[in-house]
Amino acid sequence: MTRGTELDVDTLIDDPGTRVVVCCGSGGVGKTTTSAALALRAAERGRTVVVLTIDPARRLAQALGLDELSNEPSTVPDVGRPDDGRLSAMMLDMRRTFDEMVEGHAPPDRAQKIIENPFYQTISTSFSGTQEYMAMEKLGQLVASGTWDLVVVDTPPSRSALDFLDAPQRMSKFLDGRMIRLLSSPARAGGRGIRKLVGAGFGLFAKVVSTILGGQMLADASAFVQAFDTMFGGFHERAERTYALLRSPGTAFLVVAAPEADALREAAYFTDRLGSEDMPLAGLVLNRTHPVLAPVSAARARAAAENVGGAGSQIAAAVLRLHADRVELSEREEHLLTRFAAAHPSVPVVRVPSIAEDIADLDGLRRVGELLAGHDNTGTTAAAGS
Amino acid sequence: MVSGKGGTGKTTVAAALALALATGGKRTLLVEVEGRQGIAQVFDTPPLPYEERRIAVAPGGGEVRALAVDAEAALLEYFEMFYRLGVAGRTLRRMGAVEFATTLAPGLRDVLLTGKAKECVSRTDRDGRPVYDAVVLDAPPTGRLVTFLDVTRAMADLAKAGPIHGQAEGVVELLHSPRTAVHLVTLLQDLPVTETLETVTELQEAGLGVGTMIVNRMREQWLPDRSVTAAAHGRVDASRVRTGLAGAGIDLAPDEIDGLVAETVEHAVRVAGEAAALQRLANEPDPPLPRVTLPQLLGGVDLGSLYELAETLTAQGVRLEARA
Repeated sequence: MTRGTELDVDTLIDDPGTRVVVCCGSGGVGKTTTSAALALRAAERGRTVVVLTIDPARRLAQALGLDELSNEPSTVPDVGRPDDGRLSAMMLDMRRTFDEMVEGHAPPDRAQKIIENPFYQTISTSFSGTQEYMAMEKLGQLVASGTWDLVVVDTPPSRSALDFLDAPQRMSKFLDGRMIRLLSSPARAGGRGIRKLVGAGFGLFAKVVSTILGGQMLADASAFVQAFDTMFGGFHERAERTYALLRSPGTAFLVVAAPEADALREAAYFTDRLGSEDMPLAGLVLNRTHPVLAPVSAARARAAAENVGGAGSQIAAAVLRLHADRVELSEREEHLLTRFAAAHPSVPVVRVPSIAEDIADLDGLRRVGELLAGHDNTGTTAAAGS
Repeated sequence: MVSGKGGTGKTTVAAALALALATGGKRTLLVEVEGRQGIAQVFDTPPLPYEERRIAVAPGGGEVRALAVDAEAALLEYFEMFYRLGVAGRTLRRMGAVEFATTLAPGLRDVLLTGKAKECVSRTDRDGRPVYDAVVLDAPPTGRLVTFLDVTRAMADLAKAGPIHGQAEGVVELLHSPRTAVHLVTLLQDLPVTETLETVTELQEAGLGVGTMIVNRMREQWLPDRSVTAAAHGRVDASRVRTGLAGAGIDLAPDEIDGLVAETVEHAVRVAGEAAALQRLANEPDPPLPRVTLPQLLGGVDLGSLYELAETLTAQGVRLEARA
């Protein structure tokens, strides 16, 4: 069986040259937990770390001391070593991040006007892609502050992992205002070339759109874009800088996937995409695997389960059957991974065995960190020993 | 409507449900709205176009058709219907104008998607009979579900008159009628169950009908009930296991026995967690939702296993009720 190289997480987080780690992957694969565990481990190995989480489950948030959304990092107590190592954590508040960005780029009266615009309210809360854009913005801010020497970022639970890369550009394109000017005043806008191209269609289109959306919405949108216009250059520049940061050697992407066909398919797309964007991929975290802990094949275990007899036969049969199930599951997981590795032979992989219990505190995260680093790869849970 | 937390297998369940409901000569439509081509992957076919086509034959005759709704195409379809844009429509799309319009008003996108589903539900043949016996919509995950279905709120984004507004009113009526039910897929783990129960409350507050709780990937429990708690706390008698295995002709080294014991403890922890999750679902919401269960498929999901899942649903009483 082809086995790719092992991903060495400790070497990655111990390297002072690693300044940003981005955890990405499709929804439900354990990105947030992975980010938090990785950040905690890095802090306890001496780094000054901040982790930006997007939408942590309540218990994970509590484990990190994040009882409320503050949009600023706060120190996680009881982490690190006496002399060094510190962990801060925060949850992204996209609305506030957006507000602060506007306030930072416009004089107070204009900023106020933008923030009060009904169209801004829509765009800053329910525009698809705002969360991704704001995660990038916050990442840029955290790095620029110089307070931390390692920033770990969780990415939003997009329908697809690629949204994270595309959203800021999609949004920039939207905000650059060309289309909105065309729509709100097609007669005046400098879009003559385009109008000629589409002919009467565009005038009709503009009319239809205003019929559907209502004149008020277009008027609000237009006012917003005009007020935004002067800031746009600044926004654009920032997005470009963040992109440059993501391409720099100090950044490492970790693709997180569950050992399921669709999650690995997404991971493969993402891996290819990072490659074509020259973004540095550190490796694949294959999360929640079920390693086999005893060398008995599924077939042999099932056959033996039928033939038990005498003392201990009931428990032995149960053990054999649950073992056989596990072997089959594990074989499927390895098969999926083999397919991924065949197409992406240069991507290092670490398997993180599934933990049966919920992660509800720092010790739980420490265990995940151990597994991420490839230790305790037996899959034995802590509960097993107690 | 079928929804669930990300990673719970809602697309697979929606596909199995569409197959189950088509069993015995019925015709169902399976709709996806997120541009993920999840249906094509589950049925192992090339990507679906914006067009209804047959994707599977159901047990006992019957067929499942599938449709990947695309909001932009749906918007152009409206324009065609009401304004005859002709070639200009395609050019506008290439320019990004259509994407722009749907981006401008996120609610418009949702109205277009649910509106298309409604059109499929209400379509009738020449004899006035509905074309589809049931429409199964693979809805967005629970985190976005209520926003997606809250068409009333989305209408605030739209002009107060106009063709789409009229359509949206029809969608609201359909979604809030007994003809629509939202089925929620969950795994028997703490997080998905919690999120699912929160969604039930949100749906009920929004006046949307909640249907069945679909427990997915239920694993086989091999340990007898009385052993589960002890084993989950790490109490597995290794020497007894060794004796029992020896009786079945399997002799293992001590560390290998330890491996099996560790697997057993993990199994027990999960089984205990699943039992606790089931207990929660028996008490919440009050009254609890009807429940069906689908097994974990160790070999993963392929076309054949979709039929198995559909049969499992049928065996648990999943079927179309006779039309009033």
